[in-house]
Amino acid sequence: MTTDPAHTSPLSLTVPEPEFRPGDKPDYSTTPIPRAGTVRRPEVDEDPEQFRELAYTIIRVLNRKGEAVGPWAGLVDDEMALTGLKDMMKVRAFDARMLMAQRQGKTSFYMQCLGEEAIACAFEKALRPGDMNFPTYRQQGLLISGGYPIVDMMNQIYSNERDPLNGRQLPIMYSSKEHGFFSISGNLGTQYPQAVGWAMASAISGDTKVAAGWIGDGSTAESDFHAALVFASTYKAPVVLNIVNNQWAISTFQGIAKGGSGTFAARGHGFGIPALRVDGNDYLAVYAVAKWAVERARRNLGPTVVEYVTYRVGGHSTSDDPAAYRPKEESDVWPLGDPIERLKNYLVGRGLWSEDRHTQYKAEVEAEILAAQKEAEEHGTLHAGGKPSVRDMFEGVYKEMPPHLRRQRQRAGV
Amino acid sequence: MARMTMIESIRSAMHVAMDRDEKVVVFGEDVGYFGGVFRCTQGLQQTFGKNRCFDAPINESGIVGAAIGMAAYGLRPCVEIQFADYVYPAYDQIVSEAARLRYRSNGDFTAPITIRMPTGGGIFGGQTHSQSPEALFTHVSGLKVVVPSNPRDAKGLLIAAIEDDDPVIFLEPKRLYNGPFDGHHDKPVTPWSKHELGEVDEGHFTVPLGKAVTRREGSQVTILAYGTMVHVAEAAVAETGIDGEIVDLRTLLPLDLDAIVASVRKTGRCVVVHEATLTSGYGAELAALVQEHCFYSLEAPVQRVAGWDTPYPHAQEWDYFPGPRRVAEALTTVMEDV
Repeated sequence: MTTDPAHTSPLSLTVPEPEFRPGDKPDYSTTPIPRAGTVRRPEVDEDPEQFRELAYTIIRVLNRKGEAVGPWAGLVDDEMALTGLKDMMKVRAFDARMLMAQRQGKTSFYMQCLGEEAIACAFEKALRPGDMNFPTYRQQGLLISGGYPIVDMMNQIYSNERDPLNGRQLPIMYSSKEHGFFSISGNLGTQYPQAVGWAMASAISGDTKVAAGWIGDGSTAESDFHAALVFASTYKAPVVLNIVNNQWAISTFQGIAKGGSGTFAARGHGFGIPALRVDGNDYLAVYAVAKWAVERARRNLGPTVVEYVTYRVGGHSTSDDPAAYRPKEESDVWPLGDPIERLKNYLVGRGLWSEDRHTQYKAEVEAEILAAQKEAEEHGTLHAGGKPSVRDMFEGVYKEMPPHLRRQRQRAGV
Repeated sequence: MARMTMIESIRSAMHVAMDRDEKVVVFGEDVGYFGGVFRCTQGLQQTFGKNRCFDAPINESGIVGAAIGMAAYGLRPCVEIQFADYVYPAYDQIVSEAARLRYRSNGDFTAPITIRMPTGGGIFGGQTHSQSPEALFTHVSGLKVVVPSNPRDAKGLLIAAIEDDDPVIFLEPKRLYNGPFDGHHDKPVTPWSKHELGEVDEGHFTVPLGKAVTRREGSQVTILAYGTMVHVAEAAVAETGIDGEIVDLRTLLPLDLDAIVASVRKTGRCVVVHEATLTSGYGAELAALVQEHCFYSLEAPVQRVAGWDTPYPHAQEWDYFPGPRRVAEALTTVMEDV
C-alpha cells in the first residue's frame, strides 16, 4: 500500500463548462476548422478502418469565396442548388411566421431550426420515395423540402379543425408516412432504435428502402442512442444515423453529453460503424455526405453515423431564453456561418442568383407563407375558431374502441 | 388435438402465426438458436430461418424500439422479454411509443406488436425473476394486457394477440409453464398432460381478447382471478367447501366487465385475487368496478388477496405467495361478513 500523500488528498468532481457564458466575449478564432475541400472522399465500399479520421475532421465543400471545392464537390447540380436555397428560405420564413404566431398566442409552443436549415433540406434530397425518416422536432426541413403542404403543417401547429392529427399532438410533432416522416415523439432518442428496426424490417423483407434516424447532440446521451447503435451494428441495418450537433441541449452545452469523447461521430467507431463528420451549414457538403451514407445503406453495406456540426441560433423552443445561458453574440461569431448566406454566395458566384433576386424571392416566399397562414387561420387557431371535436379525443386509442372508453365518452357527454 | 404444456402451446402459437403470415417475426434474448431460456421459441429459427427468428442484444429498450420500427414498416413482431422483471428499460418504448403511436399519428403509423414475458413467482427466482408488473401496463392507454392460465387459452390468446392491430403485453405465468400449480408448493404438481386444458388444437384458433371465462360455476361468492391464481382459487374453493364462482379474466385490458358484473350480481359477494403487490394493484381497479356496478347486490365488502407490499423475497417465497390458505381466509371472511 502506498503512503504517497498525493493519494490521500480529496477527490474532486469534473463538471464540464462551455467556453463562453453570458458576459463573456465569444471568440472562435483559434478553433480549428478544416479548410473546404481538404478531406478525402472514400468509396462507399472501402474498409471503414481506412477512413476513421473522417469522424474527427469536418467535411466541407463551400469555401470562404463561395466556391465548391474538393472531392465532395460536384454532386449538386445548379438546379438542385437553386432548389436548396429556396427550400431553406422557405423553412426560415415558415419558422419566423410560426414563431410570431406563438408569440401572438395562436399556438402554445414552437420550435424553429434557425441556422440548421441546410441539414434536413439537403438530406431529404438524398432519399428516395418510400424511404423513412425518424426525425426529431427540428427536422421540419424534411417536410418542406419534400413538398408537404405548408398549410397542413400550420393546421397541425394551430391544432385547428383541419389538423391532420386531430389536435392530439403538441405543435410541430408532425407525422406523414406518405412523406417518409415518422410520427415525432416528445421523448428524446426513442426514434433512434425505431429507425434501426424499420431498416431491419426492410432488409428482412428483401426490400430496397432505407431508413434515417435523427438525434441531437444532447440526446446521444440517452440509452436508446446506444441501443440503436448496437442493433444497427449487429444486424448491419440499412440506416443512416444522423446526429445534429447544434452545440446546445436547451441550456446544456454539448460537452455534457459528449464527456471525454473526441466527437459524437466517433461514438460510431466503438460499435464498428463508420462515421463521417460534416459541416452542417454547408448545403453542398451535407448533400454529398448524405448521398454517400444513403448509398452505402442501399448497397447493403450497413449503417453510417453522420455528425452535422452546426449551431442552434435560436432558443431551444419558445419556452427558453438563450441569453440566460450563453452570450448573445455567440451565433454571430460562430465559425461555420449561415447556411443560406453561404449557398446564396455560391449561386451568385456562378451567375445563377443575385442580391436583387434574393430580395425578391424572400418577399415571394414570405408572401406564400403568409397566404398559407391566412388559409390555415380560417380553420382556427389554438384558442379561436374551428377546433377538432372533443368526441375525437376518445378515438384512435385502439383500432376499435373498447367498452371502457365508450362508457367514458358517454360520461363526458360527447 | 395434442397434449401440450404451456411452453409447447405458446411455441405452437408462434409457429402457427409465423406459418400463416410471413410478416410475423420473433426475436429476443436467447430466443434464436437456443430457443429461449424457457424454450418457448425452440425450433422456430430452424423452421423459419434467421430472418424471422433471431437472437437480440441484451437491450430491452432496443428490442421493443426495433419492434416498433418494424411494425411501422409493416411487419408484425412478437418479441420476448426474458423475464417481466427485465422489462423496465423498455418501459419508455412501450408506454410513450408503442401504446401512443396510433393515437398521436392519427392512425398514420401503428404498432401491432406482441411483447411476451414470463411473469410471477413460485420458482425461487427472488426479487428479479418473480415480479408481476401487470398493473404498470393496465394503467397505460393504448395497450392490451393478457394473462393466460392454461395451455389452451395461452395458444388461442397468443395467436389473437399477434393478429391484433394494437400492442399487446402478453404475461406468461412461469409457474404454470409445466403444470396447473395451485399454490401447494409442498405437493407434486399435476402435469398439463393430465389436465383437460392441456389438450390443445394443433392448428390455428384464437381466444378473443377482452373475454373472460367462468372456470367454475358457483352460487356463494365470485372470485376474480387470472394466471396462476385461477388454480389457487380452485384449490381454496375445494378446501373450504364454499361454492365460489371463479372468473378467469384472461384479458385485463380491455376488461370483460359484463362477465364480472353478471357473476357478482348473481353471488352478491366478491374476492379479488392476484399475486402482484396489493397497493395500487389491478385488484384495486377490480374492486372499484365491482363497487361501482354491483353495489346494491353486494352482501359484504369486497376482499382482496394479493402479494405483500414488499419486494419478492427469496427464502420467504411461500410466506409471500398468496396461496390457497390466504384465499380461503378471504372466502371465509366474505361469507361471514353479513
